[in-house]
Amino acid sequence: MARSKKQVERSNRRTAMVLTAVAVAVFGFGYALVPLYDLFCDITGSRYNVQASQATSAPGTQGETRQVTVEFSAHTSSQLPWEFRPLTREVKVKPGETVIVKYFARNTSSETVTGQAVPSVLPAQANSHFRKLECFCFSQQTLKPGEAKEMPVRFYVDQKLPAGVNTITLSYSFFRTDVKSKPRSAVIEDRAGTARRGS
Amino acid sequence: MASATAHHDDHPSGIMRWLTTTNHKDIGTLYLWFALIMFFVGGAMSLIIRTELWQPGLQFVNPDFFNQMTTVHALVMVFGVVMPAFTGFANWQIPLMIGAPDMALPRLNNWSFWLLPPAATLLMISLFVPGGGPAAGWTLYAPLSTSGSPGMGMDFTILSVHLLGMSSILGSINIIATILNMRAPGMNLLKMPMFVWSWLITAFLLLAAIPVLAGAVTMLLTDRHFGTTFFNAAGGGDPVLFQHIFWFFGHPEVYILILPAFGVVSQIIPTFARKPLFGYVSMVYATATIAFLSFIVWAHHMYTVGMPLAGNMFFMFATMLIAIPTGVKVFNWVATMWRGSMTFETPMLFAVGTVFTFTMGGLTGIMLSLAPVDTQYHDTYFVVAHFHYTIFGGSVLALMGAAYYWMPKWTGHMYNETLGKWHFWLTVIGFNLTFFPQHFLGLAGMQRRVPDYGLQFVEFNQWSTVGAFLLGISQILLLVVVIKCIKGGKKATTQVWEGAEGLEWTVPSPAPYHTFATPPKIR
Repeated sequence: MARSKKQVERSNRRTAMVLTAVAVAVFGFGYALVPLYDLFCDITGSRYNVQASQATSAPGTQGETRQVTVEFSAHTSSQLPWEFRPLTREVKVKPGETVIVKYFARNTSSETVTGQAVPSVLPAQANSHFRKLECFCFSQQTLKPGEAKEMPVRFYVDQKLPAGVNTITLSYSFFRTDVKSKPRSAVIEDRAGTARRGS
Repeated sequence: MASATAHHDDHPSGIMRWLTTTNHKDIGTLYLWFALIMFFVGGAMSLIIRTELWQPGLQFVNPDFFNQMTTVHALVMVFGVVMPAFTGFANWQIPLMIGAPDMALPRLNNWSFWLLPPAATLLMISLFVPGGGPAAGWTLYAPLSTSGSPGMGMDFTILSVHLLGMSSILGSINIIATILNMRAPGMNLLKMPMFVWSWLITAFLLLAAIPVLAGAVTMLLTDRHFGTTFFNAAGGGDPVLFQHIFWFFGHPEVYILILPAFGVVSQIIPTFARKPLFGYVSMVYATATIAFLSFIVWAHHMYTVGMPLAGNMFFMFATMLIAIPTGVKVFNWVATMWRGSMTFETPMLFAVGTVFTFTMGGLTGIMLSLAPVDTQYHDTYFVVAHFHYTIFGGSVLALMGAAYYWMPKWTGHMYNETLGKWHFWLTVIGFNLTFFPQHFLGLAGMQRRVPDYGLQFVEFNQWSTVGAFLLGISQILLLVVVIKCIKGGKKATTQVWEGAEGLEWTVPSPAPYHTFATPPKIR
């Protein structure tokens, strides 16, 4: 039962149309991966949280015998000309107790610079139990040339913290938000810094 | 579209013939020549890389240019050689193998080829603009490709990837429409040759993967110039998200590169073993299973980004599952050869070579799939060795085998068997000399994409460089064989190979400009 030329052409055109729609839908799916990724990270709790905790104060330490070490670390993006470090290396806290520590930032450049800190908590299973009440990461920070600032973080570790987690590391990465990166010069330097070796 | 089944006996000649052609054989030829030219371009880049790596320290190129070479070499080989070459074979062979007069959408077919030369030109121009070409690696990871590459070379690359992607989406739409609508009466799906089957599945992979890449590079473009922050942590984005989106495309992509090669091998081995393909139906299902699994394993490229343990475990086990359908295929090829009356003409040598080297690449793949060990192998030369064994040892060897296998049908002449055999042996020796030592380099900790290395790696790197030049120079033989075969040679018969079966071996050699104007009868 051979089909006529017209029938074949019609089904070719229909197939092409359906497949084009598929391609367009997949393009959209690529973009849908962005919110899906956020959702997935929220569900699994593996994502840092720049929002304040729902609670306004710590619940207190009643019945708590554990001591947890909280360590602090800091990273600065290469495009942010700031000195940025924690003023406290580590503290021992009881779950439920409110703690305040401070970070120090200083603008070492000759221009006003705005940055945003992004926190992360390790190990991952402590992430959803580390509650920030006040943090410089909740908003962008602006420093004038040479200006220095001490920035507080007020937090508590909630008592549902799984047993076996004895050390929590809170790390901040500070990124520049006010300018785009500077263009690389057309003349390419020896960026690896490796001089010619041998002859 | 209107001329899907119409025929004209006259066609323009000279350059206009090639610019305006809608004939599947012409377009197939264009694709294949394009791929061959890009093969030499990408190969030259790899020789620059290997020259720099002859000695530790920096000798010939600066690190930035070295990074551009690794990036563009990969982009050229993946998007400019392997994909167009297989699309070329699809154009030439699928209509011949299913008894169709042409591709379903001939004018679209012309377009999907002619998008490629501008795309390649854009990519090449990027190397000469201020700031240089893309140096972020072919994976274009953010922030290397955003704030790390402020020059316009990256924008040229992104637009080039858009064009290349568009070309392969159009090509795959055409291939699917051809296979679904244009088969000769009586050729039902489970009578289709394995090459056609593997292309049908590959085309669906392309359709479901390439638009995601288009989305990813569009996000890069808007992050670079239009103030979005998809991959910028300062604005609430996440660079790791780019890796997820990229590899959601990237893993299906590696099967896009290899499945048509599986199809080619499944055509060649039965011909020269003079036995039907062992386990045809299981081959079809195995191919479909590999295609499905390819969409749920992407994060095995990202074991070191700090995913939760459960994530690493899921991707590890899903990845190891792929070994099962792949094992089925290798088993079937070996079983096809078992007790066959085998002869080893050049196509058969390449096919057997493909099975052998691809299996080695598959085994190192299983090693890399193990999340705990991958932490050590990640981004080392072990990975470089692995994917060259699969893509060169799998796809490219199969492409060469396919060229020798079908060339007599295209040109009407037999190629020079002696030169062909020389080409095969020099290629496999050069290839193994280049990449086998890289396994050891990687296990010992030599990082990829770095122009310098520790003194303890000198000997293996020098073997590798010698091998690379042997491999590169011996490809000139391929060019010689192809040109000689076009110019003349022993007249090819209609069947060409004693054990060949299928519709393409029922038309005269060389295949006339128009074939199967009236559909053939299928037994």
